[in-house]
Amino acid sequence: MTAGFFELWQQQSWEHQLLQSRSYTLTQAKQALSKARLSLHDFQALISPAAEPLLAELAAKAQQLTRQRFGSTQQLFAPLYLSNLCANECSYCGFSMSQKVKRRVLTAEEVEIECLALRKSGIDQVLIVTGEHERKVGMPYFRQVLPVVRRYFSSLMLEVQPLPEADYRELRQLGVDAVMVYQETYHQAAYQRYHLKGQKADIEWRLDCPDRLGRAGIDKIGLGVLFGLADWRTDATFLAMHLLYLQQQYWQSRYSLSVPRIRPCSGGIEVPYPLSDKHLVQLICAFRLLSPSLEISLSTRERAELRDQLVPIAITSSSAGSSTRPGGYAVDPEALEQFSIDDNRSPALYRQRLQQLGLAPVLKDWEPYLGREL
Amino acid sequence: MLTLDGVQLHSTLLLGTGKFASAKQLIAAVKASGTELVTLAMKRLDLQHQTDDILAPLQQLGVRLLPNTSGAKTANEAIFAAELAREALGTHWLKLEIHPDPRYLLPDPIETLQAAQELVKRGFVVLPYCPADPVLCKRLEEAGCAAVMPLGAPIGSNQGLQTLAMLEIIIEQARVPVIIDAGLGAPSHACQALELGASAVLVNTAIASAADPVAMATSFRLACQAGVHARQSGLAAACTQAQASSPLTRFLETL
Repeated sequence: MTAGFFELWQQQSWEHQLLQSRSYTLTQAKQALSKARLSLHDFQALISPAAEPLLAELAAKAQQLTRQRFGSTQQLFAPLYLSNLCANECSYCGFSMSQKVKRRVLTAEEVEIECLALRKSGIDQVLIVTGEHERKVGMPYFRQVLPVVRRYFSSLMLEVQPLPEADYRELRQLGVDAVMVYQETYHQAAYQRYHLKGQKADIEWRLDCPDRLGRAGIDKIGLGVLFGLADWRTDATFLAMHLLYLQQQYWQSRYSLSVPRIRPCSGGIEVPYPLSDKHLVQLICAFRLLSPSLEISLSTRERAELRDQLVPIAITSSSAGSSTRPGGYAVDPEALEQFSIDDNRSPALYRQRLQQLGLAPVLKDWEPYLGREL
Repeated sequence: MLTLDGVQLHSTLLLGTGKFASAKQLIAAVKASGTELVTLAMKRLDLQHQTDDILAPLQQLGVRLLPNTSGAKTANEAIFAAELAREALGTHWLKLEIHPDPRYLLPDPIETLQAAQELVKRGFVVLPYCPADPVLCKRLEEAGCAAVMPLGAPIGSNQGLQTLAMLEIIIEQARVPVIIDAGLGAPSHACQALELGASAVLVNTAIASAADPVAMATSFRLACQAGVHARQSGLAAACTQAQASSPLTRFLETL
């Protein structure tokens, strides 16, 4: 098997990066801020405590780079939950296998009903989400439902369990444009502590997943950390390292970043390393400077007031009117949600707000024939 | 004057339609720019549900549409997009864009040439976005492209004519119009391109990302006019030494 990021990650020391991320001076942060091309050290300087007084300048530069690259636009998408079955035990997640919740996998007919409801709200890009259950919600299920979803939307993203490279090649032909695989945390001990059972406990399989996506030629690869599980600066450093590595290896893929913070869920945990609003802004802006072409998305986990501030600075895609339960749009709006959302605005209302903020909502920016190896 | 496929265009400014804050702003910028030819990405148009808000107002405006294949990473994808564009928009003019590198959006010379050869065979008027490579531009010309569109700098970078030395060769050698496509960040860059002898320029980011896009569109219109006039007026040569405007040796002519 071809070596991947896991090998590079194994050579790193979490403790070293933890100390390093706090070691920068204001001068170093200012130098990083003035650069056109940033190194990993520059990125670390920008997320360091020393850079906090520079937040206004950092945000201004992030906004300028975002507007230059992406224009005054905002891509809109919605998650489409197809299943809440899960074979993993993640102590922060409402879908974990030990949670006593009503489990559901949507049938192809139900999926179609959900698609129709989403289309009515104007949504044209969807993120398909399932719990991670290889046996019951694996390739046979995807082969059945993806062609149904594909008929309704121009762009199709997927957030499911990490899969082998051959499956990603097949998914690409089935119409998948983007795959999101969030690492949750790069801290090994914390990772093992939070992921107690199931395939997700295998950190190597997850860390090497973006490599498999890159080799399979998936157009867009989504990276992310669940902020709150471990020290945010160190996790962000590893995330940045991962991004830089992937950009070099798989230069034909686009990359997107998600910055979820742990939300309350049924049976959830206390947040051991909270990421404050201020640090979230610092983090997002530093990523923009590190990679001007990086797509950054923000979900409805965050509250409306904060989203309305963050979106115009450096966010390129955001969801609206989201339901985080299978069947939540039309089939069964009462089902249990994966996590609670904080921005309940409808897609129509959110589009209106974006226009007030000087951003053109973009519903469609893709075609089903792109990326299929015609 | 720019002639493409036997059609004479009076404006030497082509406009891209992405990145604007609203359709209203885009339309105002198109009007202010005086352009007669605008390019739009097929992937942005929603022909099925008609939710995009740019196609109808552009059609009403009466400007000529130049669909582009942005998003395509291969010749096959671009050809597919071209056929869709011809069917949906009723034009056989096409801006061929193939950029497999999503970071810098640099055009793929190999796939672009292959796609251009096939599209010309299929009856398209092909305007390929391409690297500022003089040999490639000649190959595209030989393939039957109606123009070549070499880049001044990476798309959206606003860096101006970074490929100047190559652009000069391309313009010198071309038998088809040369349209400088990407990287122009200021009206002075557009003016410079036209002074050099480019047939036209294509601008998007520099206008859409300006503080006042409509005013910037006007600025580009004026700069393009100035560039064309300057070219027609015969630019004086540059040199490193001072040249007296009243030569001291004029008396010799009377001797």
